[in-house]
Amino acid sequence: MVVPLTWYLVLSGIIFSIGAVGVLINRNALVIFMSIELMLNAVNLAFVTFSRQQNSMDGQIFVFFIMTVAAAEAVVGLAIIIALFRNKATINVDDINIMKW
Amino acid sequence: MLDQFGISFLDLIGFVILFPLAGTIINGFLGKRLNKSIVGFIGCASIGLSFIVALFVLLDLLKLSPEHRVFEKEYFTWISSGAFRAIAGLQVDPLSVVMILVVTGVGFLIHVYSIGYMHEDKSFYRYFTYLNLFTFSMLLLVLANNFLLMFIGWEGVGLCSYLLIGFWFEKKSASAAGMKAFIVNRVGDFGFILAILLIFVTFGTIDFTEVFHAAPEHLQIGSAVAAIITLLLFVGAVGKSAQIPLYTWLPDAMEGPTPVSALIHAATMVTAGVYMVVRCNVLYTLSPFTMTVVAVIGGTTALFAASIGLVQNDIKRVLAYSTVSQIGYMFLACGLGGYITGVFHLVTHAFFKALLFLGSGSVIHGLGGEQDMRKMGALKKYMPITYITFFIGTLAIAGIPPFAGFFSKDEILLEAYTKGNLFFWGLGALAALLTAFYMFRLLFMTFHGKSKMTKHVEEHVHESPKSILFPLIVLAVLSIVGGFLGFPTMSVINEFLAPVIGAGHHGSESHHVSSNLMFSMMGISTGIAIVGIVLAYIMYISKPELPGAIAKRFKGIYNIILNKYFVDEIYDATFVKPTLGVSNILWKVVDVRIIDGFVNAVGRLTVLKGEVLKLFQTGLVRNYAFSIMLGGIIIIICSILFL
Repeated sequence: MVVPLTWYLVLSGIIFSIGAVGVLINRNALVIFMSIELMLNAVNLAFVTFSRQQNSMDGQIFVFFIMTVAAAEAVVGLAIIIALFRNKATINVDDINIMKW
Repeated sequence: MLDQFGISFLDLIGFVILFPLAGTIINGFLGKRLNKSIVGFIGCASIGLSFIVALFVLLDLLKLSPEHRVFEKEYFTWISSGAFRAIAGLQVDPLSVVMILVVTGVGFLIHVYSIGYMHEDKSFYRYFTYLNLFTFSMLLLVLANNFLLMFIGWEGVGLCSYLLIGFWFEKKSASAAGMKAFIVNRVGDFGFILAILLIFVTFGTIDFTEVFHAAPEHLQIGSAVAAIITLLLFVGAVGKSAQIPLYTWLPDAMEGPTPVSALIHAATMVTAGVYMVVRCNVLYTLSPFTMTVVAVIGGTTALFAASIGLVQNDIKRVLAYSTVSQIGYMFLACGLGGYITGVFHLVTHAFFKALLFLGSGSVIHGLGGEQDMRKMGALKKYMPITYITFFIGTLAIAGIPPFAGFFSKDEILLEAYTKGNLFFWGLGALAALLTAFYMFRLLFMTFHGKSKMTKHVEEHVHESPKSILFPLIVLAVLSIVGGFLGFPTMSVINEFLAPVIGAGHHGSESHHVSSNLMFSMMGISTGIAIVGIVLAYIMYISKPELPGAIAKRFKGIYNIILNKYFVDEIYDATFVKPTLGVSNILWKVVDVRIIDGFVNAVGRLTVLKGEVLKLFQTGLVRNYAFSIMLGGIIIIICSILFL
């Protein structure tokens, strides 16, 4: 049996939405971080799906790029979180609001 | 001298203006660190070198035949824009050579004099920088080959005049006088620049040679364009040369150091207007109307200023009014077509008026700054050399033969009689009478009679140092022999300058006057001078109580003249006050309220906007993330709906 294209896309959409909501409602910087990761991977799934359907390698090449960016982002993001924690002893994003007027 | 190498001094004309410029630059930038004797040496040497070059230029020019004595050295294309072209260059011809010799010659003596006169001053180097800059500008003015370059020199001398009048700017009156000179001159300069524009529009060029060449074919005698151009040029001349109605700045200019008064406000700068009229004689000849205006203004100014000079008590102010009056003479001569006579008087006037000013400076120096003649007297025995040279200068300006002023003034009066009419002659003769009177009044009040000095001054009065006396003696010699340049019937200067005067005027220059008329005119003008001197002698030596009695008797007239006919007050009421009033309104209402108000309102509005918008910047990451997501959703929805 062949899984239809729509299922993959629906799954990708669901994962993306979970990630997006996670970014908006969580206060823990680490969890927000993981939610972002979720969104990125949902996009990856969509890319691969279309790549398969179009019979073209372009989408998969994009996936590699996104994975690279995600790794780099994880490095920078985690470094920021550690630095924040050392300074303020918290990673609750609601407590970190000094970047304003 | 350099001929063997195939170089003519005419080619080196640039050095004449280069030396003073170099002096300005060296003294201006390094003068503060150099000591005074070096600064003075650089200042004098630069002018001295110029003078030497100018002499050789004269010799080289004399080698050429009279009709070929025009040499133009072009350096570079200065402005080239559409049809407009100005080529920066210097023009050597008899007229400019006479002028550069006067400027550098008299200028050199005055520079030497300044070393002694300004020695105590703390801004010694600043003084010499300005003085060299002035000489540079003046030489540029007289050597320029086109109207625009001449205008640069014209403005340059105006600037230096302003700087030097206000040299002692800590003194309120000095800085005010400087500004007055500058602003009054602006009026004249405006006329000049309009004239330049009109010349370009009419002839399509501003080069002297081309304009004067084209003028007789282009314009008819008496045409309106010629009249307007020459009148506008004359407005410029009136401003610079202090004639009615723009003469008021010159008496105030006496606030400057005395050598400055001698150089700028007597010998050179103020005669620039006369030079300009003579330079443009081709244009003036085309407009008989302007010629009449020039003659009338010149003659009236000569008489008017002389009458004010009668009652002034400040030694320098008497000389200032005398300068205004003498320049009036020059314009009178020019207006009647006697351009060369005008230049001749310019030269002799440069000698004797520089001498008189420097002499008065020597007196002021000796008396520790006193300028009021009522507090002088009997200086003859204290300052013998100053007295003798001053006496020679006085004889020269009064017109006693064989001193310089006699020949030139006599020639002007002769000109007025033969080419003009009795009216012009009368103006000139009456002014000559007054001149002799007020100059001898000055001499008697200063050097003769009883001493009216205060005790303190009398103890310190002394003859001036050598650097002051040397220029006095040289100028005194020039005032004696200078007149022979234009000795009647064998006038060297007439012959030399003749090629400069446009073709239309050759005839009248050599206009033959019967020797009978000439000798009787000489007799009459000498007689007039002697009457003036005798009157002065009676009033100020033999019957010193007489002036006071006369002043009391004719109180009304005396007061009017003493207050200089209230011209300054009239100008103040009609021009200065209304201008100040309008300026005040523009400042306090238009500028402060409207313009500043508008700018401030824009500023406040920006702040207000910021106050509102800053509420969106919460510093919470989740808010920002929400905004981003919301934005993304809106974009997606829009693209679905509208694309």
